[in-house]
Amino acid sequence: MTRMRQTLLVSMRGIRVLIRQPAYLGITLTQPIIWLLLFGALFKAVTQIPGFHGGSYIDFLTPGIVVMLAITSAGWTGMGFIEDINGGVMDRMLATPVWRGALNTGSVIYAVLTIVIQSALIVLLALALGADYKGGVGGVLILVVLAGLLGAAFASLSNGLAVLTRQRETLIGAVSAVVLPLTFLSSALMQQSLVPAWIRTVAKFNPVNWAVEAGRSAAMEKIDWGLLASRFGLLAALALLCGVFATHAFSVYQRSL
Amino acid sequence: MSAAIEATELVKTYPPEVRALDRLSLSVQEGTIFGLLGPNGAGKSTTVRILTTLSRPDSGSARVAGLDVLADPVGVRRAIGVVGQKHGADPEATGRENLVLQGEFHAITGRELRERVAQSLERFGLCDAAERQVKTYSGGMQRRLDVAMGLLHRPRVLFLDEPTTGLDPEARAEMWQEIERLAAEERMTILLTTHYLEEANRLASQLAIVDRGRVVVAGTPERLKSDLQAEAINPTLDDVYLHHTGRALRTANAELKEVGA
Repeated sequence: MTRMRQTLLVSMRGIRVLIRQPAYLGITLTQPIIWLLLFGALFKAVTQIPGFHGGSYIDFLTPGIVVMLAITSAGWTGMGFIEDINGGVMDRMLATPVWRGALNTGSVIYAVLTIVIQSALIVLLALALGADYKGGVGGVLILVVLAGLLGAAFASLSNGLAVLTRQRETLIGAVSAVVLPLTFLSSALMQQSLVPAWIRTVAKFNPVNWAVEAGRSAAMEKIDWGLLASRFGLLAALALLCGVFATHAFSVYQRSL
Repeated sequence: MSAAIEATELVKTYPPEVRALDRLSLSVQEGTIFGLLGPNGAGKSTTVRILTTLSRPDSGSARVAGLDVLADPVGVRRAIGVVGQKHGADPEATGRENLVLQGEFHAITGRELRERVAQSLERFGLCDAAERQVKTYSGGMQRRLDVAMGLLHRPRVLFLDEPTTGLDPEARAEMWQEIERLAAEERMTILLTTHYLEEANRLASQLAIVDRGRVVVAGTPERLKSDLQAEAINPTLDDVYLHHTGRALRTANAELKEVGA
């Protein structure tokens, strides 16, 4: 009970900032909006390649952009802890009997909430651009949940990395190095049957692809429950694992003090 | 009287080969203000970090409020209040929100928490600023909030790491009064680190001078001064410091700044 309260209070720190400065949300959305418009225009002709299933490219692309925004947005989560460490907030929190898990979990809850709001806005924008959500509201919700789950894993990774390295530059480098390759090595932008075999193989182990494929199946196509169940399970396990890593990072941080 | 803080032979080395603490020992009696005096880098903050369970020593042991810092860190955290060198408050949150969070971290909730927060804001003159974000506070106000947060759960032992560094003389005088009041009225044990001799002289009933990770001398300010009667007429703490470390405190700090730059 105390642990849950403490977790929610930690997440309130971020949520309050979001409420006080909602413009921040808009700034972080510019990138996915540009991707949606740019990739949408750039790869429009993809649908004409023989072997491409389905209708318009915007239908294909939207789940990919939602997942891409989830990992980018989540990637910056650790910045908060770097600020906390530099400002003395972290040491003050660690000198209290607060449950250690609350620090990462609270921050992840805030990150996921941000992703859910951002995803909803991108889904609406794509709708305006002509996306056809065959899976209906339920399908879109599943897509957002999967993006949130993947975001939770990446937010924990970001927090762990932030606490271990305490450097903004490392985090910026990591996000830049990870987001595009993971996106290109998935079916976010391009149908798997049209990419080289080695990319297909790598994509099988790519969590970004787990979220994209299952999310696309739910929101845009005829839902594949078997695929959804297995990808959901994998993503949940990954999120849990990353959460344990991030929480453990706090004790490594303390040992270095 | 028993010891509220007892550190024995603490050793802490930072890679590659910085020996921050070199078998440092100290003992602080319950209900007293203990001053840890020394230049930057002498090991004061490392000592505080170990005693407040933020860091672990390579070897040695320490007990705070009767609890072992290595065996029962959570118990120690419940018993202590910490005011660090840096501001510990969340700049994006208001003063009240910071106090509430601090209380919740100590598992104080509901009406009890609301009352304590209100009292705390009143006592530290932060009522008018309670709903303002901390980033709009002056240095003195932030410092008062730091102390308010450190005291909210009524700790038995309070750690103040350079509590007046960066404060203007007026804010410093206020802080000194508050610290004296805490020790006198609430019988709180306070460990205070400082590199201001004047501060140590005024507040601490017991002093330890730390240099290069060790306590070079400890005792009451009066005794430390009277020990030097043979060498100087009316010795000051400055003289005591010079005698035991071979450097004037101001010079020592300046040297360190140069090394740092």
